[in-house]
Amino acid sequence: MTGVASASLTGIPDYGRVAVFGGIYSNHLALAAAIDDARGRSVDAILALGDLGAFGPNPDKVFPLLREHGIPVVRGNYDDSIARGLDDCQCGYTDPRDNHYARLSYRYTYQRTSAENRAWMAHFPDEIRFRLGGREVLAFHGSPRQTNEFLWESTTPTHFLDKLADDFRADILLGTHTGIHWTRRWAKGARRAGAGGVPDAPGTEPGRAWRTYVNVGALGRPANDGRTEVWYAVLDGSGDALDVAFVPVAYDHEALAEEMRSEELPEEFVQTILTGWWTTCLEILPGKERAVGRY
Amino acid sequence: MTKALPTLVGEVTAPPADASETPRRRMEGAVSPAPTVPLRALDQLWFQVSGTVCNLRCRHCFISCSPENHSFWFMSRKEVAEVLAESVEMGVKEYYFTGGEPFMNRDMLGILEDALALGPATVLTNATVLPQRTVDRLRELSEGSPYTLELRVSIDGVTAEMNDAIRGEGSFERALGAVSRLAEVGFLPIITTMRTWDDSATDAILGAFRELLAGVGYHRPRLKILPPLHIGAEAERTRGYAEVERVTHEMMAEYPAELLLCSGARLVTASGVWVCPILLDDLAAKAGDTLQEAVDAPARLEAQACYTCWVNGAICSNVSGFTDFS
Ligand code: SF4
Ligand code: SF4
Ligand SMILES: [Fe+2]
Repeated sequence: MTGVASASLTGIPDYGRVAVFGGIYSNHLALAAAIDDARGRSVDAILALGDLGAFGPNPDKVFPLLREHGIPVVRGNYDDSIARGLDDCQCGYTDPRDNHYARLSYRYTYQRTSAENRAWMAHFPDEIRFRLGGREVLAFHGSPRQTNEFLWESTTPTHFLDKLADDFRADILLGTHTGIHWTRRWAKGARRAGAGGVPDAPGTEPGRAWRTYVNVGALGRPANDGRTEVWYAVLDGSGDALDVAFVPVAYDHEALAEEMRSEELPEEFVQTILTGWWTTCLEILPGKERAVGRY
Repeated sequence: MTKALPTLVGEVTAPPADASETPRRRMEGAVSPAPTVPLRALDQLWFQVSGTVCNLRCRHCFISCSPENHSFWFMSRKEVAEVLAESVEMGVKEYYFTGGEPFMNRDMLGILEDALALGPATVLTNATVLPQRTVDRLRELSEGSPYTLELRVSIDGVTAEMNDAIRGEGSFERALGAVSRLAEVGFLPIITTMRTWDDSATDAILGAFRELLAGVGYHRPRLKILPPLHIGAEAERTRGYAEVERVTHEMMAEYPAELLLCSGARLVTASGVWVCPILLDDLAAKAGDTLQEAVDAPARLEAQACYTCWVNGAICSNVSGFTDFS
């Protein structure tokens, strides 16, 4: 990790601005573009929240990039499965079509990940803690309590997030796993305010402590929004208020599509890369998120 | 993949040293008390919002609901709101509304408005009492909330003949009409159907469902197949459980208890709180008079319906069990 980190007494680094990457899903071209982009924003650190493999081609290509740039990685469900050689990716699909595609790409990814890289993944931590302008940050994959828990915007109540923040002692929570980026800020203690009094939007009351959840999205595939860019998050804690920005990353998605085809990956996956719409694994989407997609 | 939760109480408990301490013996001669499952976290809060009152009297209803079954009565908007307020502090993740038929409760739209201000809501409905004005209001509620509103519509067959033999004359046409209206305003209802056929027919039936639904304007159907629960009216229609169909301690030894709904849910009714929505007819499954009591009480896997959960997982949740959402 490059950049300035003022180490506190406890040894936990305190950063000003960080870039956070979600699921990479073997998209090495998007990863390279995102690293360049983040460096251009002079961040103090870059970290990745896991799921290095799946979906894309040639899984081994992402590892040198992560090592070269000293990017720490939180263990995702996919990394856990591949590292331990489990039977499946622990995404929990029950739909037969989703399962078919999940199995295909899992088998491909497992066979094409070197033993050395698998061994490296086995050492990823379940979570990373750091500070951002003095605020306590907890970075994880799905949720702090469960690696493969989905936190979608439309199924995650503010009071539930407030409980996670209490239980796991952090004011900023960073996750991925769903593939769609979103963020919410709320007043600390929201769940004690009682029904009807839970503020979803930040107010202006002075002296309130604020908490933030950020789903940083995914670099591996587009956000089911009809755009070919992929997304990551930049958090800036140097000012009075935490600033969260989602950054669209344009990359050579046509080259990735070609590489996927030459690896004989399913055409459905290729179409997602080329169109920005998800074509498989739709069962996990809540109605609200699914309704805005095409399939 | 589950890390220890701060609220985790413990794993499946071992039988108490003195088996005679168990509060209830299942049957004469049964010595080993049933395994218990503590609540991991209250993720799903269910409401028996129309009690056991239903406009239909389906022949497979596992809690034998009907217009005359008043064992459990409607919950008022105020009653529900009080529990919702409590649920906020507990960090509940999802709200589910069931019955009977929830839309027979005249407070239902108000209840949904309150719930959707706090979190995602799912309604399990037979969709036979969903006129256009209700559908329009549901759309407003959905659009007015950051949270998802899911409608789970029960249809038990791909023809009126199949469905109506179970759910009653005319119910097929009425439910399909409502699905059409819901799809028209942008909902993607989850069509739920009980598996009454041989496994080998599943693909053909799913295909027929997709065709049927496309015919009424629903082109991206989400389908959910539920296993039959051999209790209530269904026990009469087909069969009850066989004596061996029980959950034993041995069966729970290696089993991830978080797969069971009762490890993360409770059901609130007008007459107290139950461990899950399946065992409403079973007084032993009452977990307390208040939500707090029910949260502290473990579920006792004594009922034979627990065997169906053990085999299939949390069949009552939106995403689990066998789904075909492609
Ligand atoms: S299965 Fe549903 S619709 Fe049918 S009687 Fe029971 S509660 Fe009513
Ligand atoms: S019926 Fe299912 S959810 Fe209910 S107590 Fe038994 S195992 Fe748990
Ligand atoms: Fe993941």
